Amino acid sequence: MADDALEAFATEVGARGPVAVEGARTRWSTGGELEPGARLLRAPEGIVEHRPEEMTVRVRAGTPVDELHCELAAFGQRTALPRRGGTVGGALAVGEDDVCALGRGRVRDALLQVRYVSAEGAVVTGGGPTVKNVTGYDLCRLFVGSLGTLGLIGEVILRTNPVPPVSRWLRADGTDPFAALDVLFRPSAVLFDGRATWVHLEGHAADVEAERRTLSAVPTAGGGWTECEDGPVLPPHRWSFRPSELRQLDGAVLGAYVASVGVGTVFASHSPPPRPQAPALRALAERVKHAFDPGGRLNPGRHVALLAP
Amino acid sequence: MASRATRRARPQPAAPDPIVAALVGVLGRDRVRDDAAERSLLAHDASVFSGGAAGPVCFPTSTEEVQAVVRTAVAHGRAVVPRGAGTGLAGGAIPLGRPVVVVTTKMNRILDVDLDDRVAWVEPGVVNLDLTTYLRPLGYHFAPDPSSQQACTIGGNVANNSGGPHCLAYGVTGQHVLALDVVLPDGELVRLGGLDAEPPAYDLRGAFIGGEGTLGIATLIAVRITKNPLRVRTLLLAFDTIEDAATTVGSVIAAGIVPAAMEVMDRRITAAVESFVHAGYPLDAGAVLLVEVDGPEEGTAVDAERVVEIGRANGATTVRVAATEEERALLWKGRKTAFGAVAKIAPSYYLQDTVVPRSALPGVLQSVYEIAERHDLMVVNVFHAGDGNLHPLLLFDSREHGAIERVHAAGREIVEVSLAAGGVLSGEHGIGVEKRDYMPLQFSDVDLDHQNRLRRAFDPACRANPGKVLPSGHSCADIQALERVPAGLWG
Repeated sequence: MADDALEAFATEVGARGPVAVEGARTRWSTGGELEPGARLLRAPEGIVEHRPEEMTVRVRAGTPVDELHCELAAFGQRTALPRRGGTVGGALAVGEDDVCALGRGRVRDALLQVRYVSAEGAVVTGGGPTVKNVTGYDLCRLFVGSLGTLGLIGEVILRTNPVPPVSRWLRADGTDPFAALDVLFRPSAVLFDGRATWVHLEGHAADVEAERRTLSAVPTAGGGWTECEDGPVLPPHRWSFRPSELRQLDGAVLGAYVASVGVGTVFASHSPPPRPQAPALRALAERVKHAFDPGGRLNPGRHVALLAP
Repeated sequence: MASRATRRARPQPAAPDPIVAALVGVLGRDRVRDDAAERSLLAHDASVFSGGAAGPVCFPTSTEEVQAVVRTAVAHGRAVVPRGAGTGLAGGAIPLGRPVVVVTTKMNRILDVDLDDRVAWVEPGVVNLDLTTYLRPLGYHFAPDPSSQQACTIGGNVANNSGGPHCLAYGVTGQHVLALDVVLPDGELVRLGGLDAEPPAYDLRGAFIGGEGTLGIATLIAVRITKNPLRVRTLLLAFDTIEDAATTVGSVIAAGIVPAAMEVMDRRITAAVESFVHAGYPLDAGAVLLVEVDGPEEGTAVDAERVVEIGRANGATTVRVAATEEERALLWKGRKTAFGAVAKIAPSYYLQDTVVPRSALPGVLQSVYEIAERHDLMVVNVFHAGDGNLHPLLLFDSREHGAIERVHAAGREIVEVSLAAGGVLSGEHGIGVEKRDYMPLQFSDVDLDHQNRLRRAFDPACRANPGKVLPSGHSCADIQALERVPAGLWG
């Protein structure tokens, strides 16, 4: 399906010279600093088609995530994209999950179809418009978190989900967040900053109430579980751990932190070190990069192994 | 041992396959088979397609052995086809051009379950249902549940990105795999993904899943395990027409309810299944809709009630709620054995697997019946309606002159109708050889070129399951000989 906005974007990208896409710069340094000299472009904007009955939305990459969620909320829907500002394309290129990923789903599972502009300036489609699809190779998953180094995302189709009728944040001091995760059925988030624990519950009113009662059996330092407006403020840097490793976090290394229990993401005030890749994996990743962008012109300077903003 | 070796000493092919001795050196004589019976058995999977005879068939028991087999194949310039239980329906595991076949069924150990990380480490030959049976007492399960789950392997699920009825709410295999050890087509071992929240690389784990054996062989798989639901409610709704059932499905989703599963069976398949499992399916209905909602107590009660309301508004004639776990199991047994029950109607079937937008289901179903009628074929429909995943079964007798050709023509028309309705070629069975040459109907040349770039990054020499997924113009140069699905592949 031809789309003038996409074609115009492809023309802008062209086939020569280093080029990068600028969204809202909320995670601008993720993966390292952009090499100077790269031409900065903006991806096309706008919601093309929301199909509430299919639970899908077709949206251009430059659209602000807030604008998308505002449109979807009018139909009682949402996506897995994180609520932290930024653009749809930026959120997908970075691949960061929402802090309530256990309830809202993972960004990498939300992308059904991607239309991107290749290093040669062509519009390429990966995936498909339906909620279920295993036709051919999964370029959608490859593109989530690829920092625009394989192609420049122009338009996507995302899976949407219904917004649960009730949502509550609860907070307690001096409690065991792992015990909280264990006793709850499917919390949307269990967050821990070394002292306090926040739990996010979503669902039908009676279920949320039942979960709350279940939670009251988990001992606290006193004061029990109290309702609060929102979760904690998240420090800017993202570290990635196995969920079980969160039992031994070192505040001296991380600085102030908020850990996403059951997920493994830790938002910290200190930035994480570059993470090593096994040589065989690095070689494979380099072959993939070379296959999609032989001249290295797409977002030069960005490297997927670096999480630090 | 000696007697078994003697029993296998059938007449040898005129020229012994030179790679056999090298493979025996790697695996020992017992785990390399090159007799005509074994090789011809593995020319098939569960699809209607058959390849040529397989090359030597290998049964490795470890990652190291898989590496050694692959390296041996590379040294002899031979292709490699991985194979699990052979339940695939798109011909993904059939051999083209005497490849070395690597069967993973002897790598069938569940190595570790870690509830803190909510992960199970398994070998690729572990049977899907065996893992869930193992996890059940711990309060967990493996969410993908293909109809073949009593036989299919998790390695095969990874290769096909398999689904099943419950992937409506839980997603297909790709959502449930955290990490993979993969023997690449050159024999190199690489770990894709990881247990941490954001593993440091491109999501090559995600890209590998659904690669149908063309990107390498997974030898160790870390799957996410899912907490069992607190409450499961299973409902059976009967309708006069299949269109009413399909409309109900769309209305349920439009109402913001995502059940765990929504399955539709038409009149013919319902009758066949009922005479098989005696689940009490209504025989006078035009179609039945099986809906399952799971989760906490209250939410499932509210959702089940709304599903019933929506069903009645769309013409449901009867509604039955499974009262006991036994009744629920029986209703599901009917659904999951539907393909077996088809044998009561006709000797052979060809199972299609396209996806359309849910709102297009009623119209596309009508077209499917018309297409079958035009080609003088019987069709039955039993499918994952909740995500628009059609599974029309075209029934035929392969001994009947011209039957295969009519099935092929009808299958192509079903694909075309699905794509015209905004759908895709495959929802869960994959492309294999079946839909390889249909790929240009969904993707442009440039799109296919980019898929091939991914493929070539994993397999520059095109030795991994060549001739599958991508049509020859976009695939490996050295298999141009397999330009079209070879004559005789059907049936």
